[in-house]
Amino acid sequence: MGFISERLRANLVYAAALIATVLSGGALASGSKVNQMDMSPGVTNTGQAIYDLHTAILWICIVIGVVVFGVMFYSIIYHRKSKGYKAANFHESTSVEIAWTVVPFLILIGMAVPATSTLIQVYDTEDAEMDILVTGYQWKWKYEYLNENGENVSFFSNLRTAQDEIYNTDEKGEHYLLEVDEPMVIPVDTKVRFLVTANDVIHSWWVPELAVKRDAIPGFVNETWTRAEEIGIYRGQCAELCGKDHGFMPVVVNVVSKEDYAAWLETKQAEAAEIKALMAQTFTMDELVARGKNVYQGYCAACHGMNGEGGLGKAIAASAVATGDLTKHLDIGVNGVPGTAMQAFGGQMNDVDMAAVITYQRNAFGNNMGDMVQPIDVFNHKKG
Amino acid sequence: MGDHHHGPAKGLSRWLFTTNHKDIGTMYLWFSFAMFILGGAFAMIIRAELFQPGMQLVEPAFFNQMTTLHGLIMVFGAIMPSFVGLANWMIPMMIGAPDMALPRMNNWSFWILPPAFLILASTLFMEGGAPAFGWTFYAPLSTTYAPPSVTYFIFSIHVLGLSSIMGSINIIATVMNMRAPGMTYMKMPLFVWTWLITAFLLVAVMPVLAGAVTMMLMDIHFGTSFFSAAGGGDPVLFQHIFWFFGHPEVYIIILPAFGVVSQIIPAFSRKPLFGYASMVYATAAIAFLSFIVWAHHMYTVGMPIAGELFFMYATMLIAVPTGVKVFNWITTMWRGSMTFETPMLFSIGFLVLFTIGGFTGLMLSIAPADFQYHDSYFVVAHFHYVMVAGAVFSMTAAVYYWLPKWCGRMYNETMGKTHFWISFIGFNVTFFPQHFVGLAGMPRRIPDYALQFADFNMMSSIGAFIYGASQILFLYNVIATIVAGKPTSEEKVWDGAEGLEWTVATPAPYHTFETPPAVR
Repeated sequence: MGFISERLRANLVYAAALIATVLSGGALASGSKVNQMDMSPGVTNTGQAIYDLHTAILWICIVIGVVVFGVMFYSIIYHRKSKGYKAANFHESTSVEIAWTVVPFLILIGMAVPATSTLIQVYDTEDAEMDILVTGYQWKWKYEYLNENGENVSFFSNLRTAQDEIYNTDEKGEHYLLEVDEPMVIPVDTKVRFLVTANDVIHSWWVPELAVKRDAIPGFVNETWTRAEEIGIYRGQCAELCGKDHGFMPVVVNVVSKEDYAAWLETKQAEAAEIKALMAQTFTMDELVARGKNVYQGYCAACHGMNGEGGLGKAIAASAVATGDLTKHLDIGVNGVPGTAMQAFGGQMNDVDMAAVITYQRNAFGNNMGDMVQPIDVFNHKKG
Repeated sequence: MGDHHHGPAKGLSRWLFTTNHKDIGTMYLWFSFAMFILGGAFAMIIRAELFQPGMQLVEPAFFNQMTTLHGLIMVFGAIMPSFVGLANWMIPMMIGAPDMALPRMNNWSFWILPPAFLILASTLFMEGGAPAFGWTFYAPLSTTYAPPSVTYFIFSIHVLGLSSIMGSINIIATVMNMRAPGMTYMKMPLFVWTWLITAFLLVAVMPVLAGAVTMMLMDIHFGTSFFSAAGGGDPVLFQHIFWFFGHPEVYIIILPAFGVVSQIIPAFSRKPLFGYASMVYATAAIAFLSFIVWAHHMYTVGMPIAGELFFMYATMLIAVPTGVKVFNWITTMWRGSMTFETPMLFSIGFLVLFTIGGFTGLMLSIAPADFQYHDSYFVVAHFHYVMVAGAVFSMTAAVYYWLPKWCGRMYNETMGKTHFWISFIGFNVTFFPQHFVGLAGMPRRIPDYALQFADFNMMSSIGAFIYGASQILFLYNVIATIVAGKPTSEEKVWDGAEGLEWTVATPAPYHTFETPPAVR
């Protein structure tokens, strides 16, 4: 016996060391860690409360499990026929049966109390210091900062990971699939309310370390909130299956100091003013095609193919639309095709980008129409 | 009328036109195993793609078709029909009835299943691909944004719903009317009880599912807006309707599994089932609760807090009757005289792993914590612990337990035990690490993932291949038994087994209990 318990102890020590190594293994700058095995308490009060609740219930389950399985394995080891054990013949006991109905019930009440108070905390969206409208699109997020003075700040947040990394022709970066072209920026120690909705199908906006997950439902606006207590970059993903690229629409939230946030907001407002100015300009064909190519890759390529060859959506190359009537082409870009997955992009991109991408589609992939659209044409088309 | 003792017809017509509960049971069992292999093959594709970060084998759109069809085929094609097959074989033999109450409908309820799944599988070859919106098919992804094949999917759901309803009506009619004299309700074997309650659940909720897919059909083809906010509808309505079906559905899957385990554990403990009456009441309580907990699948849709609290409390309550069942099984083993043949091993495997699935279920019921668990791999791990280690392990135990009675031949015990250990290890290597990646923030239903999840995903894939391969051993063992297993003619194949099915000859003759047995 002594020999066995020595070996057992050695094995346990080894197992514990292994788990410790795995748990601490190669921490990333932010987000979940490599081989992380447990929920993160995150950087909010609510997140900590949820984590504590999770940990408490996990331990209750572990203790019950050890007792129940302990009894079972004792029985398996000692009450076996091969050891000559003779079966007893009891098959009921009212008092025992009442006990194991009542005791779990009391344990459940013990769990329900903290769960209720934490839920009330999650639902308390009152007294927010700022509001951000989060809109889910196939397959990107749009963030609009409401109640701000001056220009409204609004932008899309797209996956930044290159197709080459996804298709294994290039080395994967540190934040593979969890990086965006433009993250949401919020100030630290500020109660931010998120108004969450969607433009097409249901999405779900999830940032584990901010303890926020809320479904984005087309036609309805959900409310949730966070109050980040640490500066940092926090990463999450869409949690509700939303079609082909569900796995490729990350959420990145950059929590900065209040001063940095004010500076960032100022820059964004200046940018918005600049775009407004661009709208009045007239561009050359080369300018439109160059800009349009970028827009195409960001918005269109997922469905219509990198080379306009089609995919989930129709082909652009040699298509009746892209080589047909210009106004009809523009109308499909702006208003989409109702009842299909072709969305109305009029609200998703500014008029400059819309003009550029339509022009690009008509003059790329072997389409040689030679005509072009100017921002003012898009503006007039939208006005009707 | 004259010849009651005719054997089966010859050739294909035996199977096409049969009204014999054993033939129909056999067809259900083989059909469900075929679907289990097909759904399993889809799972292998999923795990192969997830072996490493990056897209290697399939495109994201096809990956979604795989997750969708894997879920649909496993739930509706493998697990449910397998238990209906078991009910067909065993219920008449357990209650001392000569056959099912409605034999012609029995034939029909089986034979509409293969076409339904043929239609569903054929969507893979249609333009736009198979349904890719998950087995829960949330609108509007499954309506406005669905591939054209969705209409075939809807038809297939209608047909298999019809099959389930007919099968359930048959079971209810059989259990209520065909019991041998003296077989009172409280003397029925637990497997019969759990199936009776399951059949009522099915009759209650399959029409709800049919309603949901009909509304989808109307939205897609006839201009209604049940699930479209733009027309005054509500996408969340779909989820309420779906889960009003879907939550009872998960108990439809697990209750017969409880029944099987309640037969097997006493047999190999050589001791009567502990707390028979409380087992029956617990089953009924679980069935009742299943109707008032559906929205715990929807904690993040933005329900009012009063709704969240109601569904949280109701869901937590399920732990009480479920706990009673687990305690009863363990107390049945306590001071028994146990042996560990393959059916017992799978039942103990069920008991341990289902209980773990129950624990994670309790964790998921806690609404605020669910804001972190919801739609993550933690959920995937949870429901595979109850679906695979619960329902599938129990079904496997049932096959090993009753196979000698069915075919009069003994399976290879060593191979059976090997199958158990490979399955048990493979299963846990697959699904235990999924708890970790889920808690660390990996969403479900994604074809590619961030680098920090790589090691556990690789582990999970290796486990899945092991578990998948172990099913080939199972198939081989079953076929080898039927063809060349050691013949046995003992009526009571297992010395501790109780029940009427062990009083008939082995192998069970084509017709049993043409005169009702006497039940003490």
